[in-house]
Amino acid sequence: MTSTTEPYAEFAERLATTTLLRFATAGSVDDGKSTLVGRLLHDSKSVLTDQLEAVERVSLSRGQDTPDLALLTDGLRAEREQGITIDVAYRYFATPRRRFILADTPGHVQYTRNMVTGASTAELAVVLVDARNGVVEQTRRHAAVAALLRVPHVVLAVNKMDLVGYAEPVFTAIAEEFTAYAASLGVPEITAIPISALAGDNVVEPSAHMDWYDGLTVLEHLETVPASHDLAHCPARFPVQYVIRPQSASHPDYRGYAGQISSGVLRVGEAVTVLPSGRTSVIEGIDALGESVDIAWAPQSVTLRLADDVDVSRGDLIAPSGQLPPSTQDVEATVCHVADRPLTVGQRVLLKHTTRTVKAIVKDIPSRLTLDDLSQHPAPGQLVANDIGRVRIRTAEPLALDPYAESRRTGSFLLIDPADGTTLSAGMAGDAFAEGAGAAAVPADEEGWDF
Amino acid sequence: MTTTVASVTEGTDAPYALSHLDALESEAVHIFREVAGEFERPVILFSGGKDSIVMLHLALKAFAPAPVPFTLLHVDTGHNFPEVLDYRDRTVARHGLRLHVASVQEYIDAGKLRERPDGTRNPLQTVPLTERIQAERFDAVFGGGRRDEEKARAKERVFSLRDEFSQWDPRRQRPELWNLYNGRHAAGEHVRVFPLSNWTELDVWQYIAREGIELPEIYFAHEREVFARAGMWLTAGDWGGPKEHEHVETRLVRYRTVGDMSCTGAVDSDATTLDAVIAEIAASRLTERGATRADDKMSEAAMEDRKREGYF
Repeated sequence: MTSTTEPYAEFAERLATTTLLRFATAGSVDDGKSTLVGRLLHDSKSVLTDQLEAVERVSLSRGQDTPDLALLTDGLRAEREQGITIDVAYRYFATPRRRFILADTPGHVQYTRNMVTGASTAELAVVLVDARNGVVEQTRRHAAVAALLRVPHVVLAVNKMDLVGYAEPVFTAIAEEFTAYAASLGVPEITAIPISALAGDNVVEPSAHMDWYDGLTVLEHLETVPASHDLAHCPARFPVQYVIRPQSASHPDYRGYAGQISSGVLRVGEAVTVLPSGRTSVIEGIDALGESVDIAWAPQSVTLRLADDVDVSRGDLIAPSGQLPPSTQDVEATVCHVADRPLTVGQRVLLKHTTRTVKAIVKDIPSRLTLDDLSQHPAPGQLVANDIGRVRIRTAEPLALDPYAESRRTGSFLLIDPADGTTLSAGMAGDAFAEGAGAAAVPADEEGWDF
Repeated sequence: MTTTVASVTEGTDAPYALSHLDALESEAVHIFREVAGEFERPVILFSGGKDSIVMLHLALKAFAPAPVPFTLLHVDTGHNFPEVLDYRDRTVARHGLRLHVASVQEYIDAGKLRERPDGTRNPLQTVPLTERIQAERFDAVFGGGRRDEEKARAKERVFSLRDEFSQWDPRRQRPELWNLYNGRHAAGEHVRVFPLSNWTELDVWQYIAREGIELPEIYFAHEREVFARAGMWLTAGDWGGPKEHEHVETRLVRYRTVGDMSCTGAVDSDATTLDAVIAEIAASRLTERGATRADDKMSEAAMEDRKREGYF
């Protein structure tokens, strides 16, 4: 929010250079997640007067003396009636430096699919723990989901520091235990911050109670962490969405391939290959929403023109000829099952990968993962709602599928029920956790997680 | 305490970063193109309000130099602002588009809908809207709804499946993962599509300013005859105001939203330019709907209830 006194020109200039960060929160209600979200929104002045008044009005009518900030985030009748959050909700707030999209996901174990949904688009996940309880099963679950979905940045918010006397050793012990665990799963960057969401310590304002902590507050970290850092440095991938052919008097020969660059950088003059046909050409032009450019990068939506008249249609993938993704009809992946009906061996499904949807069959479900301890259970036969498991899928046509570890866009897919279109599972191609993960931190009595 | 376990490339916000407006624009264009690629008969709900104007602008950019491959649909409450209808018709003509109009007045005249005692026609839009969707067999219907508008909308998906009665069931929504939108639907069902889901009111205004998009003049401060009702300034007119005890006065006002005249209030403002409007919104302590929409105040779940029936 800006002050009314700021000159408009400066304001506009600053807005034009702000970036967007998508992040997700994880943590059960008891850990103070609603309070943290409420405080981020409130202290960044993103809750407006009429919204607060509505919360106060309802709280009063229920006989509560203080406004229940959870009412800000629980939008549906059923949620208000039951006093729980049942579904992902998206919140929006801004500071002078950045715009934020917060995927507010319920923390209960039965809602794993919601955290997976929120984490799928997140560049950062905030995992909350109660300083009095330390790292618990639920914390491990959240870390595992963040690692599985390859969320690049994880923040451990050690909450309720006011209830442990703001003691540094309590924080340090929790931070070290969590960091070792999350690092073993392959989480690339972990930042631990001691906070009190209720008292406001280190959320937006630095704490006056923890002189020993010299790091950033939660909001400062959210404002400065690199956003979408992983996209431009990967091999370029361009799933074709739609072919633009005006066939008009002014554009009789225009033929452009519209799509959103899912990773990497594309340049005019670059040699490219169209998959699955394997035909090659050269990028003749890039139209970036009305402007002709020499270079474009993820996640820009552009239109490519190729030098040769090759056959390209929706569902094809254009990539630099020297950096092609592997092509396969046998998909090995980890899936999170999101539907109420189960996924079974032998089931016929549709697989949606980038802009391509193909027929597929579930050949095998070799194992199911228990997130609590990352143990694997062989041959479960089926996956039910909120289960995470390994699958082997045979597709009717080859897919240009990157490992999810290398691209969250071209390594991910949906399984869909062909009968009624229900989204069944969220899939991630390749190994579940990062390479080399697991070995160091698996306790001896567990079977390991490279399932 | 930060632990960097593997190498995370630092400082890559430049040069390969997009401004937040570019990121939102790119995402919205992706959504338009997905619908064009996967549906047979899409339509854009176009009211002449700023959100639908931005939607149309994005669609024009998404398919250029080809024309927008969608028709437009306007639900005319019969109480629309004349300036907005004029803007609507000029825009349709300029871009060579096809416009469907579903008329609440025709439904009332035919006895298929009954005027409400409070004169508000906003909730009456649902029936003409959903019947027209069925009659034209539209399978994808673009709406300008944003998740920041209202807490029931915060739960809305970008692709939102509606059954053959156009109903929304918030407990049976498809999870939306990555940017993989699932548009599968049975005959008779349709999908509501919200390309501006992740935009805020301020984003919409910034984008309008950046792109130089023309708007109906009622969005800017002007002198207007208004009267106070339920804490809002309503425009006097044949639609049913003022009543005997209500006093008309001339004030300098503008509109933050454009809807049915009977329930869309003006705000006091001297913002006559885009820059001034943006500065005013950035400083406002009221949400757009809180300031100017009467129908959302009817009950705690007013929006959710209307959305369940097929409203946007």
